[in-house]
Amino acid sequence: MFSRAVQVSRVAPIRAAQRASTASIAARRTVTTNAASAQVDKSSIPESDDEPFQVRLSDESFETYELDPPPYTLEVTKKELKQMYKDMVVVRQMEMAADRLYKEKKIRGFCHLSTGQEAVAVGIEHAITKADDVITSYRCHGFAYMRGGTVRSIIGELLGRREGIAYGKGGSMHMFTKGFFGGNGIVGAQVPVGAGLAFAQKYNDTKNATIVLYGDGASNQGQVFEAFNMAKLWKLPALFGCENNKYGMGTSAARSSALTDYYKRGQYIPGLKVNGMDVLAVKAAVQYGKQWTQEDNGPLVLEYVTYRYGGHSMSDPGTTYRTREEIQRMRSTNDPIAGLKQHILEWGVAAEDELKGIDKNARSYVNEEVEAAEAMAAPESIPKILYEDIYVKGSEPQFIRGRINEENFYFNN
Amino acid sequence: MSRYLRPTARLAATARASAIRPTTTSSFLYKAAAVPSLQKRTYADAAGVKEYTVRDALNEALAEELELNPKVFILGEEVAQYNGAYKVTKGLLDRFGEKRIIDTPITEMGFTGLAVGAALNGLHPVCEFMTFNFAMQAIDHIVNSAAKTLYMSGGIQPCNITFRGPNGFASGVAAQHSQDYSAWYGSIPGLKVVSPWSAEDAKGLLKAAIRDPNPVVVLENELMYGKSFPMSEAAQKDDFVIPFGKAKIERVGKDLTMVTASRCVGQALVAAENLKSKYGVEVEVLNLRSIKPLDIESIVKSVKKTHRLMSIESGFPAFGVGAEILALTMEYAFDYLDAPAQRVTGADVPTPYAAGLEAMSFPTEELIEQYAVRMLRL
Repeated sequence: MFSRAVQVSRVAPIRAAQRASTASIAARRTVTTNAASAQVDKSSIPESDDEPFQVRLSDESFETYELDPPPYTLEVTKKELKQMYKDMVVVRQMEMAADRLYKEKKIRGFCHLSTGQEAVAVGIEHAITKADDVITSYRCHGFAYMRGGTVRSIIGELLGRREGIAYGKGGSMHMFTKGFFGGNGIVGAQVPVGAGLAFAQKYNDTKNATIVLYGDGASNQGQVFEAFNMAKLWKLPALFGCENNKYGMGTSAARSSALTDYYKRGQYIPGLKVNGMDVLAVKAAVQYGKQWTQEDNGPLVLEYVTYRYGGHSMSDPGTTYRTREEIQRMRSTNDPIAGLKQHILEWGVAAEDELKGIDKNARSYVNEEVEAAEAMAAPESIPKILYEDIYVKGSEPQFIRGRINEENFYFNN
Repeated sequence: MSRYLRPTARLAATARASAIRPTTTSSFLYKAAAVPSLQKRTYADAAGVKEYTVRDALNEALAEELELNPKVFILGEEVAQYNGAYKVTKGLLDRFGEKRIIDTPITEMGFTGLAVGAALNGLHPVCEFMTFNFAMQAIDHIVNSAAKTLYMSGGIQPCNITFRGPNGFASGVAAQHSQDYSAWYGSIPGLKVVSPWSAEDAKGLLKAAIRDPNPVVVLENELMYGKSFPMSEAAQKDDFVIPFGKAKIERVGKDLTMVTASRCVGQALVAAENLKSKYGVEVEVLNLRSIKPLDIESIVKSVKKTHRLMSIESGFPAFGVGAEILALTMEYAFDYLDAPAQRVTGADVPTPYAAGLEAMSFPTEELIEQYAVRMLRL
């Protein structure tokens, strides 16, 4: 897919420039967060929805650390662009539904939304296969959906329903499905666990990769560096990725991190900073990263530069540590959905009506799914359900202790 | 009738029922060979019995499980080239290669998290801690990543992992290296916790732990690694496993029940023998083997016979295993007790270095004996 020629022609001068820059600090480009910075030769766009054509990503899509950059051309089809658009719209609609349900006091506890960060979850999924693995932090709804969870099962889980994705046992932060390992409520804990998923892939001689996501806040956890060390040492197929949304809760990156170049945090692991507002750049980066691991080069540390529109969680209005203007600017000029929409229209991939149709369908689909979720029953408050799945079925102890001994639950009964 | 409604009676009834019913033990656990609950000396006559150190028993258990299942692998500090800090994994690197016997960097939190990830992805890691004192750096992954994931995922994401290593105090290693974690792990839903004493315990429990589809913590004891025990012919076979949640009566008695685990089992047996020879009393010694689930049924049965209970452990006293045993005994067997149940534990001090002070910090055979003498008013 990536011609060697393309890589080489871009690589040589950049490598040289990097070497030069160590002596004299050259002016460096920074990665853009423009969501509509790619270009295309319109004459190359085919009629058919399934025929591939080349998109030229902006020169400011990536920054690299000890790494040749990915190809700046990406092969896409009209169908895929429309699917990416639809996926991002569904994720956003789902998060907005969660926001509403939370405000209606139907969702309990913590709820962390990813509005603004959709391009990361969607771009990643479009670059990997279902045989690859993904693990992320508690801001996991979008990933759970992209990995194959249905909107109704995700919303159902938020509502604490029996038919929720984790049967009402996990809630917002703990969602699992095939190839998706959470949803981890402990900041940074998913990083070594993710390295372990990659370890198993290597142990089993697969050619799959594990996408490990964590935030800029988690990036300072010691265990992240422990995972980096082992992943590099054992050449694990792990694509560590810092979703840098600029704030770990309310502490800005600059106030928490001595080095805010998160893609350089691997030190001895090559790094790649990506425009995380551009779904195409994310796809190109992860596709390249997967190829990197398949060639047995070990891990990469990616940084997806993105932005969270909402607060850290539902209890955070998100305005005490940043200005409303900043949020407004990101929303109005760097929105991942609006960016892709602009491309689709400009490139003639679809007409405005068709996109409006996608929007409308996505909205009614999410609404229907939310309705279905709301109609789901809560798990019955009975011991059988309370005490199930603490241990694997058939391997339980004889009984489990209740609040008082008369409530003890006997599996043989 | 009212007595029948008491939890104790119900427990006993369940025990009977489960004895009749076909066993629900699932296929991952081979049926344990019958382990004769006899005293040590009788082994000498039995055919095919061999002496094993606890270290050799653990090594054999690991080797057999590695042989049996390619998903099983060992990782930890110094487990491969160094042959194990305490030589438990000796020879395994040569036999199974570096793919399956893996030296890790000294990063407990990282490699424990990594092992848990490998387990979530279908492998069966045996994660060795040089000692459980160091696992405090990794306890978040044991508790939050391993123990809770099955439940949090609604039953779709199991985690078959074994955490093992020496636990409790050793000789002269002072406060940071002398802690017993039985109570810590024993309090976590989703974990199973075992603590072997003899070579048979060590082999059977470790093999069962590796086969169990849940996260299991195997709390060994460094002071026991070099001790030899007779190993029955059945236990020498590669299908020998000991089911969890069943205590073993190491010595039969009628006057006092001593409930204990790990190294303290041996101390209790010595004390029991002395009590017999000096005072003619018969002490029943229960080797718990399994901390979680805890075999309260066997404890109650024994108390019904002896009417007195003493728990012996080397952990800190507060909120400990002994506290749990006493509370359960009070809940389930209060009416059968002729005297308040008592506990012997470690002292509530950070373990001192000086030998004399260290000796004052943990149960000794003399202390157990003397306390039993007072308890029985001998």
